[in-house]
Amino acid sequence: MEITNEEEEILERLWETLIEKKKAPKKIGRNDLLNKLKESKHIIIPKDKIKLTEKGYEAAQSVIRRHRLAERLFYDVLNIRKSKIEKPSCEFEHVLSGEVEESICTLLGHPKECPHGNQIPSGKCCSSNSEIINKIVSSLSELKKGQSGKIAYILTQNHKKLQKLMALGVLPGKPIKLIQNFPSYVFQIQHTQIVIDKDMAEDIYIKIRK
Amino acid sequence: MKLRVKNKEKKSQSCHNSLNENIEGLKKIVLVGNPNVGKSALFNRLSKAYVTVSNYPGTTVTIDISKAIIQGKKYGIMDTPGIYSLTPITEEERVARNVLLEQKPEVVLHVVDAKNIERMLHLTIELIEAKLPVILVLNIMDESEEKGLRIDIEELEKILNIPVVGTVSTTGKGINVLKKRIIEFKRKKIKKTEYNPILEDSTKAILKNLKETYPISKKAISLLLLQGDKDIEKLVKNKEPDFKIIKKIIDETKEKHNRPLKYLMTIDRQDKIKNIVNKTVIQDKKIKLNFREKLSRLMMNPLTGIPIFLAVIYFGLYQFVGVFGAGTLVDFLESSVFEAHINPYIDNFLTTYVPWVWLQNLIGMDYGIITLGLRYAIAIIFPIVATFFIVFSIIEDTGYLPRLAMLIDRIFKKIGLNGRAVIPMVLGFGCDTMATIVTRTQETKKERIITTLLLALAIPCSAQLGVIFAILSGYPKALMVWIFTTTMVFLFIGYLASKIIPGEKPYFYMEVPPLRTPKLSNVLTKTYTRMVWYFKEVLPLFILASILIWIGKLTGLFDLIISGLEPIVRFVGLPNETASTFLYGFFRRDYGVAGLYDIQNILTGAQLVVAATILTLFLPCIAQLSIMIKERGFKTTIAMVLFIVPFAFLVGFILNLILTTLGVQL
Repeated sequence: MEITNEEEEILERLWETLIEKKKAPKKIGRNDLLNKLKESKHIIIPKDKIKLTEKGYEAAQSVIRRHRLAERLFYDVLNIRKSKIEKPSCEFEHVLSGEVEESICTLLGHPKECPHGNQIPSGKCCSSNSEIINKIVSSLSELKKGQSGKIAYILTQNHKKLQKLMALGVLPGKPIKLIQNFPSYVFQIQHTQIVIDKDMAEDIYIKIRK
Repeated sequence: MKLRVKNKEKKSQSCHNSLNENIEGLKKIVLVGNPNVGKSALFNRLSKAYVTVSNYPGTTVTIDISKAIIQGKKYGIMDTPGIYSLTPITEEERVARNVLLEQKPEVVLHVVDAKNIERMLHLTIELIEAKLPVILVLNIMDESEEKGLRIDIEELEKILNIPVVGTVSTTGKGINVLKKRIIEFKRKKIKKTEYNPILEDSTKAILKNLKETYPISKKAISLLLLQGDKDIEKLVKNKEPDFKIIKKIIDETKEKHNRPLKYLMTIDRQDKIKNIVNKTVIQDKKIKLNFREKLSRLMMNPLTGIPIFLAVIYFGLYQFVGVFGAGTLVDFLESSVFEAHINPYIDNFLTTYVPWVWLQNLIGMDYGIITLGLRYAIAIIFPIVATFFIVFSIIEDTGYLPRLAMLIDRIFKKIGLNGRAVIPMVLGFGCDTMATIVTRTQETKKERIITTLLLALAIPCSAQLGVIFAILSGYPKALMVWIFTTTMVFLFIGYLASKIIPGEKPYFYMEVPPLRTPKLSNVLTKTYTRMVWYFKEVLPLFILASILIWIGKLTGLFDLIISGLEPIVRFVGLPNETASTFLYGFFRRDYGVAGLYDIQNILTGAQLVVAATILTLFLPCIAQLSIMIKERGFKTTIAMVLFIVPFAFLVGFILNLILTTLGVQL
């Protein structure tokens, strides 16, 4: 049995509250929809609390992934402002079928975070070693000498590293050009030349200019 | 006030100590800004003192203080280590930030590199937000113009609502305007930066709970708290009884965001800055790669960069310091000045007028204060150190070092360091003591320990280097063996140390400043200040060493130690005479080598190379040892010493074994 768009929205909200422990919205969804999800065994409602079943977990993870991939697509590739990407992403997520989802993920270089910094659950394509072709977003360490583009996002769990990069002006949206990639990575942002090692270069994602 | 104690400690170890003047009671001007934007040069322009200015990020290790008279008005002026934002990461940055918090400055000069205005305005905005009395100084205007950047200063003043001045601190352009603006300075109303709604709400909530007075605006305090600033948290915790509520707000805000709040704030600020820059900065059409940029790329490309590096070593270090400094100049001062005139004169004088042999020996003869201590200092050490510092200052001012750091990073990673460590390492070839102080700029404790150890062990200082070049210049093969052995020891011990010493993996990032043509006056003054520092450290120790040697000889203690050393010396294949050079080597490493210089004729090429190697690896001089204890602590230093002494002889022994077994003739 297929689930409807509205039901997917509910699963999405459940993911954010139950799994990511974000603040719960006032209302998770209409009661009839919740009942339908209960019937289709996506959720169980012991007492007052809603819980995701294994099936529900997978469905929720999938829709969250599609939503956030859509956000990345709009933000990185189509240059839509952050405040404007929410609505189209909400609609787009329902359209993305398995195969399209995988190719978008590959195109974006298997991103790990959405533009708002939320985690994108990884899909099959992310773990497989399939050849990545025609990437639009790529980490700085994979750029060729002389290639340029704009910084799409910075991905690091290390706060110190992030702070250092910010201090040097490495911020999303800045134009960047790779000057050299061996023995270290030298790149130019506006009038600053910066050198970093491979580890750091792997954390910076660039939207490549064709 | 707790914060201040640390600053004082740091200050007392400063190499610019002599520059610090008492500025109590004067109105204060504080210079802040990114590293390498010309703060020190500006400081020199505004005051009379001289601070070493270089084209290398992070040379101001501590705060420099001086008096300045601007149009008849007296000010106290302070130069701080480079900072990127108000939230510090390193100890140096903390020192700078705390000056802003504690000194109640009359004017804060935020010095920026004009061509990088977009990236540097972040700090300007933070300073304005903190309600500090800021003047924005757009420095290095010449380079920014060369890059085709035109900045509308008047418009920028209007938007930021603070004075903005364009300067070139190295030539003095715009300094008079700046002085005028300092004199006229008045605080104005500030414009606020809007952050994203969640952050703004949290800031407001924290503001309500900040009831005490603070040296900077409460909004800034709130923002710093949200960014997780430990020092500010302590400060607020001590002042506010309701700190628990504040802490709760901070934690809740952090919960709501996946990324660090500092990152989000920076991105918000970036939007605002982009707006400002769009209104005030015009970039002329693309300017083609100029000669400097081409040269810069050649330096960074390994294919051309390594030959360039070798050329720099050959001409700068070997030819200029080794052949010219340690050869020509030393020969002249040694034979034509001391041996031909001063020494015979002193000895004659002593034997004629001083009846006591012990006093004759204290002042003159073989080991006297003048004939040995002063002779070594002036005739051998002075020319070598001076030529080294000239070369180092030139290299530093061109901006070559960051390019070298980039080339060498991968190798340094293997020994637990990152490319930035080239600075203390290269400086170590001048003076290991000075270099040990510079390890302070390194980020992790692990890196500081490894660098300190390698400096003590395998990096010969210029005085040593010069003498070794001079001794081994007749034996090119021996010189190669010596270079090879010390390099291997450097890499091998570095590798082991990186495995044994715990700590996080180092990472490497660095700004590559444009290549600049060094200014002769700057190079000379810089060499001069370094020489002054060096001789203040060295000359007393040389004289002390002469006295100690004299006492040692008089009491027979030295003979005892030397006879104890002799079996060890013979064990590594050297004649007994070298024992004394090792003993003297403890007083100053170069002193030991200089001693070797005196007896070089009785040694074979192989023996010279073994002796030179042991002396290079052997204990650092007294000055370096004391700095090591200060910087790394007594225990760590003793552990290093206990390793170094037997290891030096072990390497000597193995080297001798290999050379004799293979029957190598050097």
